[in-house]
Amino acid sequence: MSSSPSAPEAKQRPPHRDLRGALRAHLGGMLLSSHAVLLYIFLYLPIVVLVVFSFNDSRFLAKWGGATFRWYGELAGDTQVAYALWNSLFIAVLSTFISTVIGTLAAMAMERYRFHGQLAMDALLYLPIIIPDIAMAIMLLIWFNLSGVGFTPWKVELFGLRLAVPYSVIIGHVSFNISFVAIVVRARLADMDRALEEAAQDLYANSWQTFRRVLLPMMMPGIVAGALLAFTLSMDDFVITFFTSGAGFNTLTVYVFGLVKKGVTPKINAISTLMVVFSLALVGLARLLQKGGEGAPVDVDLF
Amino acid sequence: MRTRLVVLGLLVALLLVACGGGGTETAPAESSAPTTPEPVAEVEPAQEIQFFNWSEYIDPDIYEIFEDEYGIRVVESNFASNEEMLAKLQGGATGYDLIVPSDYTVAIMIEEGMLAELDHANIPNLENLSPRFRQVPYDPGNKYCVPYQWGTTGIGYNSALIDEPTSWAVLFDPDPNAPYYGRAMMLDDPREGMAAALVYLGYDINTTDEAQLEEAKQALLRAKPALAGYDSDQFDDLLAAGETVLTHGWNGDILVAQEENLDVAYTIPQEGGVVWIDNVCIPNTVTPERKKAAEIFINFLLRQDIGVLLSEFNYYASPNAAAEEMLDEEFLSDPAVYPPPQVLDKLQYIEPLGDFESVYQRIWDEVKAAR
Repeated sequence: MSSSPSAPEAKQRPPHRDLRGALRAHLGGMLLSSHAVLLYIFLYLPIVVLVVFSFNDSRFLAKWGGATFRWYGELAGDTQVAYALWNSLFIAVLSTFISTVIGTLAAMAMERYRFHGQLAMDALLYLPIIIPDIAMAIMLLIWFNLSGVGFTPWKVELFGLRLAVPYSVIIGHVSFNISFVAIVVRARLADMDRALEEAAQDLYANSWQTFRRVLLPMMMPGIVAGALLAFTLSMDDFVITFFTSGAGFNTLTVYVFGLVKKGVTPKINAISTLMVVFSLALVGLARLLQKGGEGAPVDVDLF
Repeated sequence: MRTRLVVLGLLVALLLVACGGGGTETAPAESSAPTTPEPVAEVEPAQEIQFFNWSEYIDPDIYEIFEDEYGIRVVESNFASNEEMLAKLQGGATGYDLIVPSDYTVAIMIEEGMLAELDHANIPNLENLSPRFRQVPYDPGNKYCVPYQWGTTGIGYNSALIDEPTSWAVLFDPDPNAPYYGRAMMLDDPREGMAAALVYLGYDINTTDEAQLEEAKQALLRAKPALAGYDSDQFDDLLAAGETVLTHGWNGDILVAQEENLDVAYTIPQEGGVVWIDNVCIPNTVTPERKKAAEIFINFLLRQDIGVLLSEFNYYASPNAAAEEMLDEEFLSDPAVYPPPQVLDKLQYIEPLGDFESVYQRIWDEVKAAR
């Protein structure tokens, strides 16, 4: 798509070979690709180190003590870690779903409609992103406390499974994730040609059909990217989780930060490795769904 | 339009909830008021208590034994620092029946009236505590809290490269030819750093005397050329890996480093060091039933066999004299866990200094910024 506008330009060039230009292009290409490689190393080397040290037969990071699977073994038998991991995932999935729906609607409202107080709303939408985590966490804590909403997780029984739904943490995560989703989806919306929606309406599609058949498929890459971002932020959050969780509730981040007394062991690397694998699988799945579904050839650019 | 409605709806809901919540909150407070002055002895303990603790600070088996014997379930959740735990409770978080603050945090919480007074009738095992832990300065007589585990700040060193340091002089009057010169490390913590210097000079580590503090600052500056840096997180790793030879640090961390590198050793110099105690306390927001259950659990933790399980799991020294009788001789004589008797009396507590803390912080910043 992006190469098409430059095509006529290339044709206008003189037919004889411009050696210097080619050399420059070659050098530029080399610099660009080495820059890309360095960037990827910068981004992924820490993850590689993390994964490698999850097999370290020593409890210290600074020392390699041979390879072992024992941390994965310990992980398998550790119910506290399993419980914390389950809670993290549960909160992340639920809060991602809720904030993706609300965030997408908010993005559409901001981008496709004009209404009173839109400017104020716009500013408010950005607030959770710029406000320090700790300030937001304390505000939420005080709000849950004073409003009487409380922190005690709901006990729900579903298909014989006893679930604790930590609604206070989920509300907390949704409250900051909405903004991130809205911004990502909005960027996508701003790029989209409004004429397509108008064309759909000219062809007698009602507003629901326009949304379902035209707007939604085109927004999808933005929505998926926003959801992945929300999921990551939710899994990663410590401060807001800590302050909004009720008694008896742990997530993986809270558990890991609480290890200061005993020291962090490669067991944490092992969990992190599993989470990296899980995230990669998730991204892969999202890509697969994008390619397979809908038929509309949309270009997914997640990053 | 839709979003506007949603926002309006949310605002209305918020208001309603705020009013409704306020109403329900005052009601139980009033109704429970007449029950509390009555004798508490007849209160049935709750079936469950919420334990707010550091991660991996207790053997999970202890919960199982307790539930088997008393039918009370202990649910644990974790915090990562005293400050966070304090902030959360001050922000109004309730539902925690038992918390594990360190000594200086206990002092703050007592002052703020955040802790419930313990009913010693429910905790007969207090007898098991060593006498020194019955009279801790921040809570004499265990009115509000019971020591859980304790430890010290001293010097970790590589015994293959240097002899055991007997004085803090190794840090504050360093020998430029010693193997540790340039490969020593200090905790990056204003109170701990100042305490080490003040102990060396023979002063109170909670002093507010400007002249003594200035002397301590000079000592810290003298130490600087020998230091590879200030660090509170990695000092144990670096010592185990052989990157440093000498480090100012907490005993628990050095002990873990010992598991990796047998040359690592820990000592408290003859001038003394810092002692810290973690305690179990009950926040004053608990119901009488839950308080009773929490007290039963505290009593259980003080039992001889449970004290042994605790120390064997987390490798910290036990305040429980009865448990010490059953602990390994090797464990009890390990200077990284138990300081030798001659320095035990020279250990000092870091106490909260209120606004004066900023003076310590300023001096520490000046030391770190100095060239």
